[in-house]
Amino acid sequence: MNMLAKATEITRPLLDSKVLSSGTRSLGVPGRLARGLGWFGIALGVLELVGSKRLARALGMRGYEGLIRGYGVREIASGVVTLSVNPAAGIISRVAGDGLDILTLLAAPQQGNAKRGNVRLALLAVVGVTVLDVICQKALADRHARSRGPVRDYSDRSGFPNGLSGAGAVARTGS
Amino acid sequence: MKALTWHGKGDIRCDTVPDPRIEHPRDAIIKVSSCAICGSDLHLLNGVIPTMKSGDIVGHECMGEVVEVGAENKKLKVGDRVVVPFTIACGECFFCLKGAFSGCERSNPNKSMAEKLWGHSPGGLFGYSHLLGGYSGGQAEYVRVPYADVGPIVVPEGLTDDQVLFLSDIFPTGYMGAEFCDIKGGETIAIWGCGPVGQMAIRSAFLLGAERVIAIDTVPERLVMARAAGAETLDFHEVDVYDEIQKLTKGRGADACIDAVGTEADATASFDSVLDRIKTATFMGTDRPHVLRQAIHCCRNFGVVSVIGVYGGFLDKIPFGSAINRGLTFRMAQTPVQRYLPLLLERIEKGQIDPSFVITHRATLEEGPELYKTFRDKKDGCIKVVLTP
Ligand SMILES: NC(=O)c1ccc[n+]([C@@H]2O[C@H](COP(=O)([O-])OP(=O)(O)OC[C@H]3O[C@@H](n4cnc5c(N)ncnc54)[C@H](O)[C@@H]3O)[C@@H](O)[C@H]2O)c1
Ligand SMILES: [Zn+2]
Ligand SMILES: [Zn+2]
Repeated sequence: MNMLAKATEITRPLLDSKVLSSGTRSLGVPGRLARGLGWFGIALGVLELVGSKRLARALGMRGYEGLIRGYGVREIASGVVTLSVNPAAGIISRVAGDGLDILTLLAAPQQGNAKRGNVRLALLAVVGVTVLDVICQKALADRHARSRGPVRDYSDRSGFPNGLSGAGAVARTGS
Repeated sequence: MKALTWHGKGDIRCDTVPDPRIEHPRDAIIKVSSCAICGSDLHLLNGVIPTMKSGDIVGHECMGEVVEVGAENKKLKVGDRVVVPFTIACGECFFCLKGAFSGCERSNPNKSMAEKLWGHSPGGLFGYSHLLGGYSGGQAEYVRVPYADVGPIVVPEGLTDDQVLFLSDIFPTGYMGAEFCDIKGGETIAIWGCGPVGQMAIRSAFLLGAERVIAIDTVPERLVMARAAGAETLDFHEVDVYDEIQKLTKGRGADACIDAVGTEADATASFDSVLDRIKTATFMGTDRPHVLRQAIHCCRNFGVVSVIGVYGGFLDKIPFGSAINRGLTFRMAQTPVQRYLPLLLERIEKGQIDPSFVITHRATLEEGPELYKTFRDKKDGCIKVVLTP
């Protein structure tokens, strides 16, 4: 059958459609930011999963490898949701995760931790990402909220030029 | 020329692309005068339809003026004003001869891909993935129409673009959905989704003789528009849909149920909707069939479940036990638009219906990408967008 379609040569897949130049687009800055954050989360999650030992060492948090791997899974999950049709839910879960990360880093052993500097650096990075996540969350909410303005009134739009009774008459008489 | 193109999830652009050319003697080139954004296009925008490629031209509801015809095309001539069905059909194969145009066995050049997924391939569609032919769509200044001696219908003088544009898809689709319900007069029809397709289904059900239509959605403007045609409405965020339909039908269930929502049902409507959402987000499911489940439950014994909302893959937890034990009939299709064109054009000409009631927004092609989002997010009372290139 495929051969048949090919033989008729009527149909040609769009493979060769070329874009000469690009104009307006639907994906706004918040959408693009969300996408970036989604991929970032997945990358970080994978890193935490496979590199939990090294990370624990670098932060002076030996014995916390399991926790770090758990956080990795969490990062990947919220990353996947952030890349989905509805990034807002993913970003909200990211913000919650950021909070958890900050708390965990704050609770990391400080006294006698030779890697204190690394912990501070990590904290700084997490706070930076949190700010981005919060900005993105707000921007997405503004952009996708259904308008709160006055509801448009379509109560006169029956679609039946002869009114509702006209439609009934059509059904009964056929015209 | 300018055209709306797909560049990934959430990313529709207005690009400059090469003009289409006649590629086969039965083709025609149409200069588009009006085109519309469809709920099906939202599945593309949301990235739930596989096999789209960056740069693909989208759009499948369009009309315009014939500017070029292939040598073998005996039906159209330059200057004709035509509406183009979204389904592409050869007019000669086994299915086309039966009137099942959307099952055309010749118009999908990528049949083998579709056969792997669905067992057999349907016909090709404009601007709707490579799985369905990879044809350039009609949200553009010009569109190449294959088999143009079969699909396009010439519009009689005196009818405006707004009146006939929706013959390309949503009017026949809503009408088919109602026709599936086997209405003899006096029935109660429940319709999920008051988007453009649901609105057309509501009107069609009344035109075919339904006594009552119960329309279900949650968007206030859409419920108002449903009531404007005489439907009773239910807001699924406010009431339990099953309970209400039970009450309204004295415990018997609706005579027929139309699913005019499809795979992207509201993710917060119910517990199973939330589960569906999680499953699709984590690649553990392909579709979100909450509405189909509910429609089955709400349908009376030996009633009809009419599915015109689109699904793509493998649906979980469909209460098939309910369906077999109670003798339900399932009917569904991508609409064989060509089959309905003469009949529905006549209904418009006779003034039985004016489908332009559904238009709420108008814009240029350049504004198209923005309007995709307005329509998806149901902002500003948006129900149907018409673009004029
Ligand atoms: N069979 C065909 O040939 C054909 C043709 C055109 C469109 N379609 C399909 O029809 C469907 C509707 O198209 P549209 O243009 O009206 O789209 P739309 O997205 O504008 O409308 C869908 C409506 O369903 C409502 N909805 C969501 N969840 C619901 C729930 N749980 N209960 C009740 N209502 C709910 C939404 O609020 C929305 O108003 C889409 O799936 C589209 O792909 C099929
Ligand atoms: Zn459509
Ligand atoms: Zn055919």
